[in-house]
Amino acid sequence: MTESDSPFAASLDELGVTVTSTDRAGVPAAIDEAVVEPAVGVSPGEEFAHGDFPLAEAGIDLDPTPAALEAATTGVSVAELGIGDYGSLALTSTGDGSELVSLFVERHVALLHEDDIAPDMDEAVETLEKTLARTRGSTIIATGPSATADMGALVKGAHGPETVHVIVVEGGE
Amino acid sequence: MATADELRELMRTEGAAVAENTQGFNEGRYRSVAELSDYEELKSEARAIKEDAIERLPELLDELTETVEENGGTVYLADDAADANDYIREVVADRDADRVVKSKSMTSEEIEVNDTLEADGVDVVETDLGEWVLQVADEAPSHIVAPAIHKSRESIAELFNEVFDPDEPLETAEELTRFAREKLGEKIVDAEVGLTGANFVTAESGTMALVTSEGNARKTVAATDTHVAVAGVEKVIPTVGDLHPFVELIGRSGTGQDITSYVSLLTPPVETPVVDFDDDETPLSEFDTDREFHLVLIDNGRMAMREDDQLRETLYCIRCSACANSCANFQSVGGHAFGGETYSGGIATGWEAGIEGLDVAAEFNDLCTGCSRCVNACPVEIDIPWINTVVRDRINREGDEPADWLVDGLTPDAEPDSPSLQKRFFGNFETVAKLGTATAPVSNWLASTGLSRKAMAWALDIDPRRELPSFERETFVDWARNRDSTVEDPQRRAVVYPDLYTNHVQVSRGKAAVKVLEALGVDVVVPAVASSGRAPLSQGMVATARTHAQRVTETLAPHVDDGRDVIVIEPSDHAMFQREYEKLLDEATFTDLAENSYEVFEYVYGLLENGAAVGQLPSGDDEALAYHSHCQQRTLGLEAHTVAVLEQCGYDVVTSDVECCGMAGSFGYKSDYYELSMDVGDRLREQLEANGVQDRRVVASGTSCLEQIDALLERHPSHPIELLAE
Ligand code: SF4
Repeated sequence: MTESDSPFAASLDELGVTVTSTDRAGVPAAIDEAVVEPAVGVSPGEEFAHGDFPLAEAGIDLDPTPAALEAATTGVSVAELGIGDYGSLALTSTGDGSELVSLFVERHVALLHEDDIAPDMDEAVETLEKTLARTRGSTIIATGPSATADMGALVKGAHGPETVHVIVVEGGE
Repeated sequence: MATADELRELMRTEGAAVAENTQGFNEGRYRSVAELSDYEELKSEARAIKEDAIERLPELLDELTETVEENGGTVYLADDAADANDYIREVVADRDADRVVKSKSMTSEEIEVNDTLEADGVDVVETDLGEWVLQVADEAPSHIVAPAIHKSRESIAELFNEVFDPDEPLETAEELTRFAREKLGEKIVDAEVGLTGANFVTAESGTMALVTSEGNARKTVAATDTHVAVAGVEKVIPTVGDLHPFVELIGRSGTGQDITSYVSLLTPPVETPVVDFDDDETPLSEFDTDREFHLVLIDNGRMAMREDDQLRETLYCIRCSACANSCANFQSVGGHAFGGETYSGGIATGWEAGIEGLDVAAEFNDLCTGCSRCVNACPVEIDIPWINTVVRDRINREGDEPADWLVDGLTPDAEPDSPSLQKRFFGNFETVAKLGTATAPVSNWLASTGLSRKAMAWALDIDPRRELPSFERETFVDWARNRDSTVEDPQRRAVVYPDLYTNHVQVSRGKAAVKVLEALGVDVVVPAVASSGRAPLSQGMVATARTHAQRVTETLAPHVDDGRDVIVIEPSDHAMFQREYEKLLDEATFTDLAENSYEVFEYVYGLLENGAAVGQLPSGDDEALAYHSHCQQRTLGLEAHTVAVLEQCGYDVVTSDVECCGMAGSFGYKSDYYELSMDVGDRLREQLEANGVQDRRVVASGTSCLEQIDALLERHPSHPIELLAE
């Protein structure tokens, strides 16, 4: 497991988002380290050509009930894209509730393939345009934790997660 | 229109919080856009997308309607607020909803949908923390992006402790946020209908973009089974790809964040399962994703704005708030004074004029001084001051007849209808100045006697605390006429434009300019030329300003044709030649003058760059200066030239960075605005009195700035050109 020094990692660092990079073999350990239990998650969808991440092995409730979701501290989901210059993640809403799992928790842990990091917003939006035109789906470009300045000072963790952790999975198939 | 008393009260109660927040946003904007290497290109791209979308709006609306229906949603095109509200209340009634949760949406405030739904007994809950604070406090937003900007942490804590009486009194921002999150979280998961706005809606896929930071918009949609999105028709753009420049610009331009936490690209009805949050048996994947979606697109005057050649630009606005945050007056009073029914800040004049009518725009339109600091800040390149000017002109024409007897002879009036007496006085200042010079020192003496001050205060609403300019007997033009050029073998030939103040009031800076230019080998003439029209334009007297522009160019064109450059000392007049004349003259006439005219230090800088010897100018001997540039000069990017020349001459220069000195032409003279003007000026005073600055000699480029600084400080400021002629 290594700390990455890519531009993406640097952007995440500026946002206060912690990041670990690992090869596929190291994913369970990385998840184990990143989650604070109780943890829930969703299985990566079939459209992720890179195959399954071994979430279940890490003791994460992969199809939680709403009550389990509400009780969870951590939500684990897959990010479809990373955006290098902003440190953003593209989180696609799926029928099994990825949006709920990444939103109704205090801590969001996102898994991201290194290959899916777009260098900049321009390229990322271009990719999203193609995907959304085809799927007519929904994607959140999430950058750092949720935040508000409405109460007189900047506070992290408004309605959404207070902390975000990204696990970048290196290497191909 | 807010009275002096109302403005004073607002500054007392809300001023500090508004100033701190807006200035923070504004500084953040400068910092954040500076990181974009392609900032200007992104703005132009954004502008082009909006221009095209508004041009093709009917076609895009058809395409969008078809797409949304294909996606399984419904589109309703509402003519006005009542129409939209009727539709929404029907949706809510059909769903049999007890509660509607809302994410922040200005358009929903425009139609006042909360009142409608509440009248039906529906519990409407604002989930944006700022909006919720205001809902609890029963107050109106004071800012289009950060609605509770006028409330300090202390006042929010006091409010919550009083209304909710928590076990432990709330105090810190963290405690307040956590408390609100929990309260609202419970309400969200229990709601049936989620009502959002939309920052953009794309026709091709029906995807809408919601720009937020808290996550409440996401929850509003994810936790309900009926999604209603309310948006003005102007929000439609062609494709998701077109979102790119906006995604990069909107947060940076507004609150100075590179990007907000969440840019939700939703293609409703969204696919997230509709869950019962109490269920502890059914896994998420087993809930279905059946959601109703209603897109309510609102006209409410927008289609008419689209047909209006002057107001159309307003529809390009993406409501980022840069024009509010960069506005010196807004920084002092906030949106409760500088705003109409819904919208606030510079562009609110356009929105309110188009949506509510001129009468609402008239209530705050005069707070725009035309300083133009918002112009470069606007991510879609809207000429916001121009919209304010046009609306002011329209308001003038609707106004009452003034007492004609007092302005007889003061108004060579091209205005068919009638601006107020005060506006005509300031608007026709050229005539006043001519009379002033002709009768100086009598007019100077009159202006300073108690009796005439009172008369002015009564008839023209000029604040008695202001000193009036004192007129010189010999004008700059007369002085120049009686002398010969000292340059034998000129490097260049130029006209020094005798602006109104240089000609009648600050004659010494005109003489200094001539001396400096001649020292650098420029042959100079100073013909009699009409005043630029800045004064009438700032009063919204567009027709009069146009006449000035025509007279100015008629006089200057032969000199330009003859190969002379036009040198302008007064930055607000230079800005007329460079910016506003484009709106007042035909293109060729405008371009001819714009391309051949230079602010005086811009010109001196150019001369030095092209080989003129700086040794011809007196050395500054490391003297320490504090320089305040002029708002319109900075908008044109011409602050640096003055600093560079002064440094080349051996001065040690620090600069102010406030957006405006607060005087802004005639603005600070007006009784209603005197205190606001001084409040704005106070920020400049603080900078000029800061450690390391307080002993520096002060120089400033603008006439108004010089007068304001004179009123603010013990030290007397001068125009920097006078230093080079010492
Ligand atoms: S006019 Fe321009 S600067 Fe003002 S809110 Fe609209 S987009 Fe922003």
